[in-house]
Amino acid sequence: MWDHEIRAMASTHAILAASVFMATVLPAAAVPGFSVYGTHLLWLYSVSGAVTAVSVAIFWLLGITPPAKKHTVGYKLSRLFRSCLYFFLSCLFFHTVVVLYGAPLIESALETFSLSVLLTSLTTLRCLCVLGPNVQAWIRVFSRHGAMSVWDTCLQITVACTLVGAWVGAFPIPLDWDRPWQAWPVSCSLGATIGFLTGLVAAPAWIHFHRKQLTYKCK
Amino acid sequence: MKKLPVLSLLLWLCAVYFVGIYLFVGGFLLVRLEVNRTSTCGDVLQPGDVMQPGEEPADFCRVQPRFRRAVLLIIDALKIDFAWFDPNNTSPRPYENKLPVLEETVTSRPSHSRLYPFRADPPTTTMQRIKGFTTGSLPTFVDVGNNFASSAILEDNLIHQFGQVGKRVVFMGDDTWENLFPKKFHRSLPFPSFNVKDLHTVDNGILQHLYSTMVGEDWDVLVAHFLGVDHCGHRFGPDHPAMADKLTQMDGVIRSVIDRLQNDTLLVVMGDHGMTDTGDHGGESQKETDAAIFLYSPSPLFPGPPTQSEPDVVPQTDLVPTLALLLGVPIPYSSVGQVLLPVFSPHGQTGGAVGGLSQLEALWINAKQVNRFLETYSGMAKDIPAESLSQLKSEFSRLSSEYLAMVREGRPPSPRLAASLQAYLTSVRATCRATWARFNPLKMAAGLAILAFACLTCFIVSELSLVLIRESGHGLKPPVRVAFIAGVCVAIGQIGTQGYVEASWCLAAAALSSELVFLWRARRSRAVPEEKNGFKAPKSPSWLTPRRLLLPSLLVPLLRCASLLSDSYVIAEGRAVTFLVFSLALYIPIHLNWDGLLLPPIHDPLKAAGFLPSPALSPSTVRKESGTLLACLGVLVGSLYLSLSFHACREEQGSCQPSPFLSPLSRLQDNQLKNLHYVLSVVSLGLWTYLLKRCLRHYGNLNASSGAVFTAHWILPLTSVCLALHWAVSATPEDSFRNLSELIGLGQLVLPRAAFCLLGLGMFLIWLDPLTVFIKPKDKTPARGQSQTPSRYRASTGISTQAELHHLIPQIYQRMRRSLDDDEQFMGDVDNSPAVKAYGLGTVYSAPLMLFCGMLGIGLLLLHPEGMALSFLLLLLEMGALLHIHASSTTLRSLQGTFSADFNVPWTPVVLWSLAATQFFHATGHLPTFPSIQWGAAFVGFPDGHTGTLLPASLVTLNTFASHILFSVACPLLLFWPLVCEVRGSRGGRACGDEGEDAVMEMRLREHPQQFTSALLQLATRYLFILGAQVFSSVCAAAILRRHLMVWKVFAPKLMFEASGFLVSSVSLLIGVALVLRVDVAVGGWFKRLIPDASR
Repeated sequence: MWDHEIRAMASTHAILAASVFMATVLPAAAVPGFSVYGTHLLWLYSVSGAVTAVSVAIFWLLGITPPAKKHTVGYKLSRLFRSCLYFFLSCLFFHTVVVLYGAPLIESALETFSLSVLLTSLTTLRCLCVLGPNVQAWIRVFSRHGAMSVWDTCLQITVACTLVGAWVGAFPIPLDWDRPWQAWPVSCSLGATIGFLTGLVAAPAWIHFHRKQLTYKCK
Repeated sequence: MKKLPVLSLLLWLCAVYFVGIYLFVGGFLLVRLEVNRTSTCGDVLQPGDVMQPGEEPADFCRVQPRFRRAVLLIIDALKIDFAWFDPNNTSPRPYENKLPVLEETVTSRPSHSRLYPFRADPPTTTMQRIKGFTTGSLPTFVDVGNNFASSAILEDNLIHQFGQVGKRVVFMGDDTWENLFPKKFHRSLPFPSFNVKDLHTVDNGILQHLYSTMVGEDWDVLVAHFLGVDHCGHRFGPDHPAMADKLTQMDGVIRSVIDRLQNDTLLVVMGDHGMTDTGDHGGESQKETDAAIFLYSPSPLFPGPPTQSEPDVVPQTDLVPTLALLLGVPIPYSSVGQVLLPVFSPHGQTGGAVGGLSQLEALWINAKQVNRFLETYSGMAKDIPAESLSQLKSEFSRLSSEYLAMVREGRPPSPRLAASLQAYLTSVRATCRATWARFNPLKMAAGLAILAFACLTCFIVSELSLVLIRESGHGLKPPVRVAFIAGVCVAIGQIGTQGYVEASWCLAAAALSSELVFLWRARRSRAVPEEKNGFKAPKSPSWLTPRRLLLPSLLVPLLRCASLLSDSYVIAEGRAVTFLVFSLALYIPIHLNWDGLLLPPIHDPLKAAGFLPSPALSPSTVRKESGTLLACLGVLVGSLYLSLSFHACREEQGSCQPSPFLSPLSRLQDNQLKNLHYVLSVVSLGLWTYLLKRCLRHYGNLNASSGAVFTAHWILPLTSVCLALHWAVSATPEDSFRNLSELIGLGQLVLPRAAFCLLGLGMFLIWLDPLTVFIKPKDKTPARGQSQTPSRYRASTGISTQAELHHLIPQIYQRMRRSLDDDEQFMGDVDNSPAVKAYGLGTVYSAPLMLFCGMLGIGLLLLHPEGMALSFLLLLLEMGALLHIHASSTTLRSLQGTFSADFNVPWTPVVLWSLAATQFFHATGHLPTFPSIQWGAAFVGFPDGHTGTLLPASLVTLNTFASHILFSVACPLLLFWPLVCEVRGSRGGRACGDEGEDAVMEMRLREHPQQFTSALLQLATRYLFILGAQVFSSVCAAAILRRHLMVWKVFAPKLMFEASGFLVSSVSLLIGVALVLRVDVAVGGWFKRLIPDASR
């Protein structure tokens, strides 16, 4: 049972990581002059798009998304609509937080917003996939006894890793090294991506090593 | 409660910190007084001099100089290794053998040129070096002169002397010169030096103009300062092909200059310092100090080819007297250099050059000038040791009589006299050098050690505060005794070995020994309580495990300390600290949520039935508290973000606009904008006052008739009015109301002074009579009658009908009641209703403190530009938000059931509090650099200036460290606020059983005096620890990076500001704690008066 879930999780994560990798490599072949630093926004959107598409597909296929209570088309549509709304709101939320952290307010607003789109697709989207459009549940997941399944624990770890990665990514910005990756928002988005990839590796590993201690309440 | 142990412990800790800072700064920053006298043409040979008969009274400058013109090519960081040429070296490194012109000239024309190593004095940074080889003195970091605010050289210097005798000085190159010698040049072509990555701008700029200028006749002294080699070193290091290119370019430059020289011109090619193998400089290693100097003239400069008596190394200061005498200007007043003898002819062979001084004459002039400087300096400052001074003086008088006798008798000069004059000059230089130009590594290390131990002690005291308070004070006696003994021992030892006492070492020994004794005793006493009560045992060993260090509440200060070690982060400190505060603030709700405390627990009927204790707080209360917490977080974040717009700019920050609120109103041209700014400032001032009073009224503190309440009612608003009027008056343009100008002048004088007086009076009243408690007897009996009949007063929650008393905090004083119950037998007679209602007793501690801070804030605001009122309002809001966040999270945490009677303040709010102090240091327009000090503060209320220096210095200090002062004084509020905001029935429910519904608020502190004292001590030591850790890391930065390029620009000023900030903060913290203790005394007295029986 455990092994099965962990294996599923590991393969899911492998696919996700591969999608990030492909999103970096493929455009380089397709678009002339593509590079992570030079055309950063393009890279950023390609990664967010890839992660979004792949995780929606995988989680839908695996059936981890909480089942709809009603099976009417209207309800499903409203769910979809709410999900999209939450996605957008979460972009705005991240944008605000990043600006409050000290990002420029008006100039390079596009870059800031792109970063928040990346953060949303790495964190909020996963919440949407695992928990559905239910903010109460999202908040509750991030507490010590809030995880109800392996996937919730995995969610905790990846989201925390992504956010910490983005936070740490802000550190090199003031340094006077004059490197291309110090430009806003390159270091933060790289940090977030690296954090996300770390989380993808760390989550199954952590769960595997703590599988004896993990107990979940029934839903 | 025990007052003395708390205060004495804190005092001792502060003293130890101070000693550490004093020692380090004493070893790191060497202070030299600037002598603001200048040499003139007349005074060089004259005083008391017996001239040879027949010679006209010498005016030095009128004599035909040896050279009419000079070209100074300064190649920044021209290390001596770059200048040597080794023909046998077949595979030279990129920096070797690239300047063959020097070697070629020296070998082909030996009497025209020389190449010497040129030894600089540390600090080997360009600005200090330019100061060094123009004034001939040994610059230190702090040259205490008349003018802190400008970097211009005020001491006598070569450039000034050239100007005095009418020589036209043309300058091109590094723009540092332009700052050091503003308006001194006949013509000046400065180029930006800041960008270290830029190898060519300065050099190419010079080369565009150098040759054309040289060919023209429009100059006498030409100074060209090339930066390429230095920048190349910083960017690539010396061992890089770029360095080869650069040096080859310089080789070409020197060749072209030599080709264009005329016979009356002297060429000096020199480096100002060397560089290490990594291309850095600033320190004192030989690689950094040894530059090259190359002298050349088309006419014979030296009497002959190099001889045995040539100096091996030329100290940098020696250039000044040599150049001065060669070009016929007086030697600058404060030069301690020695003339370079080989360029002067030996006595008797004056034939060679016209007007050339002989060696002995040059030495004599030089020695007289040095002696005169020494006398002047020793009259001003006492830092040169007395015995060496007197020795030098007697040596000089002996030499001078010998020389004069020789001249009078016309004897041929003895080489012995020249040698002893040289020896005299060398020893003067050595003495000065020993006094000024050396780091004292021993002192620095001692300071570092003391500071490190002080931080450790602070941490341990904060962890063991309860134990220390229980031991009641005799924990401190042995350390102090040992300190005294150690200090006296060292003093005696010094008298025995050296004959005099150096106070700093006695202090060091005292501080270190007392710390060690304290730590040793603390280690022992820690073991005891662990055995006694087991609950402490698991906590103690896990102090500094990596797991705990990763907790954000310790990680954030760690990051903060680490950031002080990087110049980029120090430059961006304002934003970095805001970032950290924001991160830590966000961490609070996230952590609460992680513990499942932010939201009301879900009622799980199946599970919650048995083993979960019923929640102490109802879901609605939890929701309300979380709401408060998040709202306050919003306020905090908002004020954090807005505070970013009040920052000033460092010169290192390229694209940065200083806040428009920083300039005083009178400088604004646009009238509408001026009015807007004025209205904004007055509104925020009004809000500041209103919010304070509102808060006090809310807790019922404005009903009594005490000094503090009087202050709140009258003095506070009156001061605000004074302040607003003062702003209006000082913003008035001077020409618009001509007939009122006298009135305006009077207003500028009187209004701020009135505000100062009112503030002083207010604070004095608060100190004198801090109680803000109003007693309302219930049954209309006079308060005096209380003492006989009532044996109990009980609190009931009720709102008074009177509008004034609209928030009623009735109080109960449980312990006293219980003691009364025990003592008196007739308690049954009295009914259960409370006999006394006391208003404002719940905030009896925090109200005076708040009021005090409010008054202090207005006083500090007075010293700032008007626009800063907004920032001060933000400061107040942020303080309030922080307090409420702390209070709410404490309340929510009490859900966990870990309530105990101690009132410990956890690390997170303390860290936030201290970071906020730094944040508002920046947000009130301050920066840790000397040019950014707001000198205008010294003239508030004193528009005509001062006579002394104490008052303006303290005003400027108050202005600079305003936020440090406010946050430190208000620090004890962190202890009180959770009690002030306590939710009825949360803590009370467990603390006092049957009376669960009563709000006891701060009276709880009186119920547990020991815990109160220990919590106060803990809070203060935690705050001190965080401040001290910042000072420590800033000290470390200065010590480790003392060779860094930015040390004198970034780290040393930062150290000074951090250290003085710590001084001011710790004193303010002591004031805050003392005020709390004063209130406690007053409360004790109040209870005694109320219930005389209980006092027996």
